[in-house]
Amino acid sequence: MARHVVATVDDIAPGQRKLVQVEGRDIGIFNVGGEFFAIANRCPHEGASLCKGRVVGLVESSEPGSYQFSRPGEMVRCPWHGWEFDLRTGKSFCDPRRTKVRAFDLKVEEGAALVEETLLRAETFPVSIERQYVVIEV
Amino acid sequence: MVAGRPSADNDHPTRYVGAIDCDLHPALPGMQVLLPYLDDYWREMVSVRALDRLNLSLTSYPQNAPLSCRPDWKPEGYAKPGSSLEAMQRHVLDRYQPRFGILNCLYGAQVMHSEDMAAVFCRATNDWIRDEWLSRDPRLRASIVIPAHNTELAVAEIERRADDPRFVQVLMLVSGEVTLGRRQLWPIYQAAERLGLPIGVHAGSAYRYAPTAVGWPSYYVEDYVAQSSAFENQLQSLISEGVFAKFPGLKLVAIESGLTWLSGFIWRADKTWKGVRAEVPWVTRAPSEIIRDHVRFTVQPIDAPDELAAIMRLIEHLESDALFLFSTDYPHWQFDGDGALPSGLSEAVLQKILYGNALATYPRLAKANHAMEVNA
Amino acid sequence: MSTLELDRGRPTEAKLRVIDCDIHPAMNAWTEVHPYLAKKWIEHLTVYGSHLRHAFSEALTHPRMSPDAARVDAYPDEGGPPGSSLSLMRSQHLDPNGVAFGMLIPLRWNPGSQRNLDFGVALTQAMNTWQVERWVKNEPRLRASILIAQEDTVGSVAEIEARASDPNFTQILLLPRTDEPLGRRRYWPIFEAAARNNLPVAVHVGGTNGHPSTGGGWPSYYMEEHHAVAETMQSVLSSLVFEGVFERFPALRVVIMEGGLGWIPSFSARMDKHWLRLRSEVPHLKRSPSEYVREHVWFTTQPMEEPGRASQLIDLFDRIGWDRLLFSTDYPHWDFDDPRHAFKAPLSEAQRAQLLYGNAQAFYGIG
Repeated sequence: MARHVVATVDDIAPGQRKLVQVEGRDIGIFNVGGEFFAIANRCPHEGASLCKGRVVGLVESSEPGSYQFSRPGEMVRCPWHGWEFDLRTGKSFCDPRRTKVRAFDLKVEEGAALVEETLLRAETFPVSIERQYVVIEV
Repeated sequence: MVAGRPSADNDHPTRYVGAIDCDLHPALPGMQVLLPYLDDYWREMVSVRALDRLNLSLTSYPQNAPLSCRPDWKPEGYAKPGSSLEAMQRHVLDRYQPRFGILNCLYGAQVMHSEDMAAVFCRATNDWIRDEWLSRDPRLRASIVIPAHNTELAVAEIERRADDPRFVQVLMLVSGEVTLGRRQLWPIYQAAERLGLPIGVHAGSAYRYAPTAVGWPSYYVEDYVAQSSAFENQLQSLISEGVFAKFPGLKLVAIESGLTWLSGFIWRADKTWKGVRAEVPWVTRAPSEIIRDHVRFTVQPIDAPDELAAIMRLIEHLESDALFLFSTDYPHWQFDGDGALPSGLSEAVLQKILYGNALATYPRLAKANHAMEVNA
Repeated sequence: MSTLELDRGRPTEAKLRVIDCDIHPAMNAWTEVHPYLAKKWIEHLTVYGSHLRHAFSEALTHPRMSPDAARVDAYPDEGGPPGSSLSLMRSQHLDPNGVAFGMLIPLRWNPGSQRNLDFGVALTQAMNTWQVERWVKNEPRLRASILIAQEDTVGSVAEIEARASDPNFTQILLLPRTDEPLGRRRYWPIFEAAARNNLPVAVHVGGTNGHPSTGGGWPSYYMEEHHAVAETMQSVLSSLVFEGVFERFPALRVVIMEGGLGWIPSFSARMDKHWLRLRSEVPHLKRSPSEYVREHVWFTTQPMEEPGRASQLIDLFDRIGWDRLLFSTDYPHWDFDDPRHAFKAPLSEAQRAQLLYGNAQAFYGIG
């Protein structure tokens, strides 16, 4: 496992997402109202890019006719077949146990702290001390 | 006749001793038999309008079509197939010695456009079934015939029968006025759940619409073949509308549906659900799981050239041997001889299909069965 | 970690060789077909609009869960609806998916369901020319379909004859929700023209005829409407068989498009079983229904069935007949099948090649 700086916080506006490549993996970084999440980009169903999907809220129901809407923007619907994945866990809504994508540990960190970190592999991503960065562990 | 089940001879009628036959069709010979159960107004209407001269046999089952009656079960003369209890006893009840047989009366009462007329004739039909069938053979049970297009009257009829434990199910046609999941029908399901009555959905149409989405076919064989398509559509309606989420105790029995369509149905329904479930968020489980918990299927007809392989394939695809209920579909011509079930089923599967699954489906049968065993 | 995972080591893109039997081209704007449409029909559409047998003149009965029924990633950067950009179709689909040939299935405006028959026929003429001018001439991998307005058989036959010798067209196209079941005799001139010109008849999901989507009434939800597509195709097949269409036109070939696959063996068996009982009603049938299906009917594969076990998919293909399956993606629609991942079963290279390419090559006589 290594830590990777993949974006500045300003790169990804709320509601937006960014596709990054880390160690040969495609990873989607999503900004949900200022909170950042990272999941593997590839839908386990037929391989669509989840970064291309729409982000939606969690829709649940206690009984027919009731629509309980929560966690706006925290689910991504696959751009093809509409399968929903939880951005926090990578688990699919319909089959959370067997159908899921990997969710990566993600932190937002100050550039000042990062430039100190010697183990960091961020050679392609210049870090300056004034900004905030999205750091994931892969 | 010898009790027990010789395993060497699977086609022998004793194989079915103690079974529960979930689909027997008593034929109402004509409206005249309902007259004793009508009030003065309706009796006069029958007379003045000559309603008793109308043949209210359903278009879904033309009286003389080969499918409507097995050749060796045909009555003498012009009598309707299934109109004689003695014949039913001879052909099924005494030959196979089932512990119970469930009567599903298919008659025009339930599809009359006038809701009041439908309700009155349904009520009279149920009275007639009680007096002429249930009271004359203790093995018989019946489904409650209802005017499904008026839920208030339908619920009243269900409640009227509720105290008679010989009525074990509510009967609806697979194609009525609205898709079966629609909320306007829910009072029927609520009453059924409350009273321990499964909803029996039988092949047949009220012909409020063309039997297919592409219009009116030319031939009866097309109408009949389309019944399984109607079952698929209605299961999707019941699941999508959330009927089983709203009524978790409800059981539904698909009667004379053809069975083998189920594999393709669950594959398609499960896949579609994964993509569009946010439209119907109360559907929180895959349709195949909902079916396993709530829906049962009578076995005749088995639409396959190799019936044994078909049943085993369905059990594998649906991951359950609890879904199928024995039926002869008497007097409809679905099988010949004593081959109501294919040879080669394991004893365990056979027992579940013959009676175990039915006892788990029909609370009123389970209760009666328990009482019989205690007394014995 | 995940038990449902795509095989990363699948054949590389260069090895894919695909004939996609269901691609939906779209128009940037309706004005694209104006050059091929008489002025009076342009005015007609402006003034009266599309006149169908359902509540919305230009929207479908049940709103989809994805706009334009499309993949979210299929919207062109330059604007316009999914399927309207040839360059995106190339870069997103034809090139990376190894599509050697693609069959165009235009769906806009539902010409066969227009209540004004002359308008419907005019639309098909314009859209057929549009397919060639806008797509096939610019992309040699694509092939057009002769769209017809089947309720006007005279107009349909004329359009078939007008296009039959044009190699840009591979088949006749209509949608299954016809005014009457497709096997009824009113449509036989179309089958006669198809057989005479050795053109398959493709029946692709869609259309609207005033009949509910089920024999028991209208569904409430798209989830039901989407499912009912399969039952609709069952009724189309049943009608073609029991009316004796294949007996009357022994050379006729039909492709059922996007109707699903899981129901085919059981439905054929059901037709056989009850035909045996009721065959005196249809004495014009000389063979069992399943024999006509096996001989005359092909099926496109999308949306691919995904049974619980791979062996069940193989069993399904065995029972349908491997040679009757024509691969399709439905690009750019939301239920798109990727040729790499659609088949959730281990296939031999020969089986894969047969499904993705060989069957369609033989069927359409191309490649």
